[in-house]
Amino acid sequence: MAPVTEKKAAVTVHDPMLPRVARVRKRQRDLADVWTLNLEMEDGELLKFAPGQFNMLTVFGVGEVPISISGDPAEDGGGLVHTIRAVGTASGALTRLGLGAAVGVRGPFGTSWPVEEAKGNDVVILAGGLGLAPLRPMIYSVLANRRHYGRVALLYGARSPEEILFRSELEQWRRRLDIELQVTVDHAETDWYGSVGVVTTLVPRATFDPHNTVAVVCGPEIMMRFGTAALRKAGVPDQSMYLSMERSMKCAVGLCGHCQLGSAFVCRDGPVFRSDQLGSLMTVKEL
Amino acid sequence: MEGLERIVREHPFFAGLKEEFCQLISGCAKNVRFEAGQYLFHEGEAADQFYILRSGRVALQMAATTRSLTIQTVGEDEIVGASWLVTPYRWGFDAKALELTRAISMDAACLRGKCEGDHDLGYEMMKRFAPVLIQRLQAARLQILDVYGTRN
Repeated sequence: MAPVTEKKAAVTVHDPMLPRVARVRKRQRDLADVWTLNLEMEDGELLKFAPGQFNMLTVFGVGEVPISISGDPAEDGGGLVHTIRAVGTASGALTRLGLGAAVGVRGPFGTSWPVEEAKGNDVVILAGGLGLAPLRPMIYSVLANRRHYGRVALLYGARSPEEILFRSELEQWRRRLDIELQVTVDHAETDWYGSVGVVTTLVPRATFDPHNTVAVVCGPEIMMRFGTAALRKAGVPDQSMYLSMERSMKCAVGLCGHCQLGSAFVCRDGPVFRSDQLGSLMTVKEL
Repeated sequence: MEGLERIVREHPFFAGLKEEFCQLISGCAKNVRFEAGQYLFHEGEAADQFYILRSGRVALQMAATTRSLTIQTVGEDEIVGASWLVTPYRWGFDAKALELTRAISMDAACLRGKCEGDHDLGYEMMKRFAPVLIQRLQAARLQILDVYGTRN
């Protein structure tokens, strides 16, 4: 499977296998088990990255995990902003690090969202749960260069009203008059007056020209499967849909094979893939 | 009646329906509106109508053991209610308008009678309801899967 986006990883001049030391400069709790960490390299380098890429973060003595970059590509240090859910030993340890604590950083790695390719088109951003974090740099880029894009729809699904990520930013974006923003939750009590239902139900409600649209999708794999199906039903061709895949990435440079998906390595050929190049892989069990 | 016929004919749910069927259906239809907070119906009541929303939003709600849950919200051009299709014709949830909502209310007994009298009409109605039911079944499955647990 060929790499899917023209834009490849920013060139890493350092040994990609060697973690460099960064320090935690800011930590913010987004949800009960989700934290955003702003890091700063000890050598002062500002990590350049493309939206959609990821870094390998190490808690020394504990372990290393791939974490998508969730910062603003236009801001200094945007490449060192990571939104992390505490789900395992290393990610849990990352979320418990205090200010000034050391973190190993390798990266950025992987392919990026089609920020340039989408210019001149409508853009549909379909995010589920923590999948909004890897898409946030793309949202920043599109909004910062709004005049280059047609209609922009951000469709976001969360588990419940309490688990809506980046809530204050969503509210800010909603106040803009040049973006259609819809939020839905899967489960809610009756004091929630927003939308209830799976994120795929937002697709037919959104306004876009399917033949002139680039769609980016990120969330749990089953959500992306149904999300792309809903976009396909709305008329968006697979060649215009991009997904961010998640596998067990270890080396991050396409050597170890841990993240193999069909004939591709997610760390090197992904994580962002075009839907037509994933083909039927999305429906293969335990791949 | 002319106005209702036009609304039915132009509504996406009835797209492609023959003129004579539009006329038949319009005979069972009436315009209704609900203020924010007003219930369209309650769980257990007779499902003697269904609604095609023209504007506004409606929450479908169920009482769990200690709390009430919203299981879905539906909006413009969407359908509220399928219990009128199958016996015992009782609502399985509450439906509450979240904002001022305008809808076409369909008299279920009237429509069932017309569908029985003309199975071609019945088949056309089934062709329109089946995708709604399938879509809601799939959505319910995704909700049950509770998919937003572990993405990083």
